[in-house]
Amino acid sequence: MQGASPPVGLSRELIALRAARELEPGSVVNLGIGLPTLVAGFVEPTDQILFQAENGILGYAGISESAFDSDLINAGGQPVDLVAGASFFDTADSFAMIRGGHIDAAILGGLQVSAQGDLANWYVPARGGGSVGGAMDLAVGARKLIVAMAHVTREGEPRIVEVCDYPLTAERCVDVIISDLAVIDVTTSGLRLRETAPGVSIEQVVAWTAAALVVSEPVREMTL
Amino acid sequence: MIAVVFDSPDDAVSDICDGSTILVGGFVSAGTPSNLILALKRSGQTNLTAVANNIGLGDLLDELCEDRQLARVIATFAIRASGGRNSRFESLYRAGEVELELVPQGTLIERLRAAGAGLGGVLTRTGLGTMMQDGKQVLELDGERWLLERPLRGHVALIKAWRADRLGNLQYRLAGRNFNPVMATAADLVIAEVEEIVEPGEIPVEHVGTPALYVDRIVQCEPIAVRWDG
Repeated sequence: MQGASPPVGLSRELIALRAARELEPGSVVNLGIGLPTLVAGFVEPTDQILFQAENGILGYAGISESAFDSDLINAGGQPVDLVAGASFFDTADSFAMIRGGHIDAAILGGLQVSAQGDLANWYVPARGGGSVGGAMDLAVGARKLIVAMAHVTREGEPRIVEVCDYPLTAERCVDVIISDLAVIDVTTSGLRLRETAPGVSIEQVVAWTAAALVVSEPVREMTL
Repeated sequence: MIAVVFDSPDDAVSDICDGSTILVGGFVSAGTPSNLILALKRSGQTNLTAVANNIGLGDLLDELCEDRQLARVIATFAIRASGGRNSRFESLYRAGEVELELVPQGTLIERLRAAGAGLGGVLTRTGLGTMMQDGKQVLELDGERWLLERPLRGHVALIKAWRADRLGNLQYRLAGRNFNPVMATAADLVIAEVEEIVEPGEIPVEHVGTPALYVDRIVQCEPIAVRWDG
């Protein structure tokens, strides 16, 4: 799509809101750094979702506006508040939860997702070095992996591709992609378009996706 | 052995040797032994290997790059994918003056735990099919593939807790626990920075996060608040 611009879809906040709607009431959820951290602000207390942070918290609420306490941060270093019933633990326990299948869902950012659900999100080849944090453990261990990301890079390159050319976080790990343009399920029969963003057509999503999309069932417009 | 109380962080780190592997507890701002890190900077040891969750995220570990004290860093967060402000570490890394081994967080803690618990390694799915697999053994057991990760031990661990008693029992505060309790098990010399030293018995017994036998030295310091603003 050289020379063209992708359609205007959801803002970062609305991607986070749509991702929040994907979470089951009562579930334990880990949010990655960046856009996914916004999701904590879009869940209802009545949903009783418990957010887990790799640095050793189960049950943090949104970003705290009160005085900074250096010992009370999420995995992105941001100050957080706690919900009643929160608990603290060390990193070994935290990753036993993550690798051991005790986290119901993780929402991570993405650089690329492939047709078979491979995720690349920790290493930008042009920058090198990388920061992996807990992403690889979450990708293999979370029971459901939701990737929340922009559908297309700033340079106009689709992020959903047949095969990732960025280094992988894990193979065959992604269940759902939520982007500014669409909600896409990763299934055994390929990438299935479930919803489009308001004002975005199926044809536009297909045009800005560099992997085959299955468009068999009725595709809904997202309700936000 | 029970712990020895030191008067200053500088005294507590003065006999660390050049070339040591140093485990550094903490997660960005939480539970980070910033006084001990700055003492290590003043003390001037070189050719060190630092093992830590992060470097260059507003942490003072990055200060050890000012006088090139680090030869090698083993960490989970080191170079920000999004770009932006560069750390001292990143500048040295790009100049080829410090080595980096990036390790997934869950693998880093289990490698440390294995070293501290007398285990020969850890089998994990984390990293299979990625760059983390390079050079490592993959084992197939009952039809499942696992990556073999080897133990990681330090000569010294610098850790932070909220309070210690004079025996060396440690109590942590909020999310200040993170890597500290496991690092306390995985080094020959364990030095704990605490905000307060109390008499044995003052820490409620069921609130002891690290039992005294793991801790060699304790030093009371005014905590240094660090913050990462992204």
